[in-house]
Amino acid sequence: MQASSIELNRAPAVQYVLRIGDTCLILAQRLGEWCGHAPVLEEDIAMANIALDLVGQARALLTHAGQLEGRGHDEDQLAFLRNERDYLNLTLVELPRGDFAFSVLRNAMVATWLKLLWERLAASSDAELAAIAGKALKEARYHQQHSGDWVVRLGDGTAESRRRVQAALDTAWRYVPELFDTDAVDCDATASGLGPLWSDLEAPWREEMQAMLGEATLSVPAPSAFRSDGKRGRHSEHMGFILTDMQYLQRAFPGGVW
Amino acid sequence: MSELLADAVATTVPATRAQAAWAVLDTVLDPEVPAVSVCELGIVREVLAHDDALEVVLTPTYSGCPATEVIARDVQAALVSAGLGPVTVSLRRAPAWTTDWITAEGRRKLAAYGIAPPHIVAAGEAVPVRFYGRSRAPALACPRCGSAHTERLSAFGSTACKALYRCLACKEPFEHFKPL
Repeated sequence: MQASSIELNRAPAVQYVLRIGDTCLILAQRLGEWCGHAPVLEEDIAMANIALDLVGQARALLTHAGQLEGRGHDEDQLAFLRNERDYLNLTLVELPRGDFAFSVLRNAMVATWLKLLWERLAASSDAELAAIAGKALKEARYHQQHSGDWVVRLGDGTAESRRRVQAALDTAWRYVPELFDTDAVDCDATASGLGPLWSDLEAPWREEMQAMLGEATLSVPAPSAFRSDGKRGRHSEHMGFILTDMQYLQRAFPGGVW
Repeated sequence: MSELLADAVATTVPATRAQAAWAVLDTVLDPEVPAVSVCELGIVREVLAHDDALEVVLTPTYSGCPATEVIARDVQAALVSAGLGPVTVSLRRAPAWTTDWITAEGRRKLAAYGIAPPHIVAAGEAVPVRFYGRSRAPALACPRCGSAHTERLSAFGSTACKALYRCLACKEPFEHFKPL
């Protein structure tokens, strides 16, 4: 069995699907870190359950990306045998889990984004992607509701909870432009009917986040000139470490399965 | 005339391999909610009798439901041991599973087992998401005493498909099969 890295076919459609699949995969890994560490048992279970849904979505998307890729790569090879530059997730999801406020705020931001994306992907010209989206949409709504409730509860809570979630917002907001900037991969997907331009998601996302943050009495940070670029394979300093964790087993025991 | 005859046969003895398979599948229980069969849960979408094998088409409940693979194995094992093999199991994602597909009998069994069944959600309709009124969820009847004086303890429960509640009247905790 193979333990060395696979060569990725970087066709635009493959990249488009991997950007979404890797975002689900890496966020699931970060949420898994909460298992046994959340402040209360109910939220420990919530983090793990959201992670489980995201892993399921990632499995379906990576399997489909492997089919689009046409090189015989399965979900496991794509999840565990790529080099860092070939992971195309949003930088936001690879940031360390931080405190509970940062994790629930990030979950709310990503769930809102994924919900809007799944809504549009449910009408994809690619029947398999549309089917995955139809299922995932229902899960994303529940994640958004749950995480959003916590953002409101922390923001409109005690001085300490408010301080923490505002600090989380100030940190996370710098990574927002990457959620919506459009490039050749998006344009190709729109031309083929595969999926929307991500810039089309920006107005409804800002509107829903504004409703949530307003209810939480939090201040939306000023736009930053900082630009992250994880979806094009240029990651933060945290990415290599999370991959080391994720890939250890497959690299040490090639082809190992449960 | 021939249709009437076929109906009459179907109600007495299973006339086809597919009908026999449905009867067997109705004895295969969900491994995580062993009160209901996979048919009552609404995840068996179709049984196709091919020349060389039976094909059972399943629709998974949640994207990451770890029971999906166990169910596929259980379905295969039950049909093979009933002499209906060989059997293949395929997964169909669309249309997405909804709790509306849980049968009336399945809902009755869930409640008897202590799990409050989901209400009908009319899949496909827009679902509003609001960020205020944390206790605004509709009152859910306790499956033990029937009181509507209940509260949600946890949005997530022991499996992907459930949430945890408690009854403020009889003081018992109970699970709720989340509408999806």
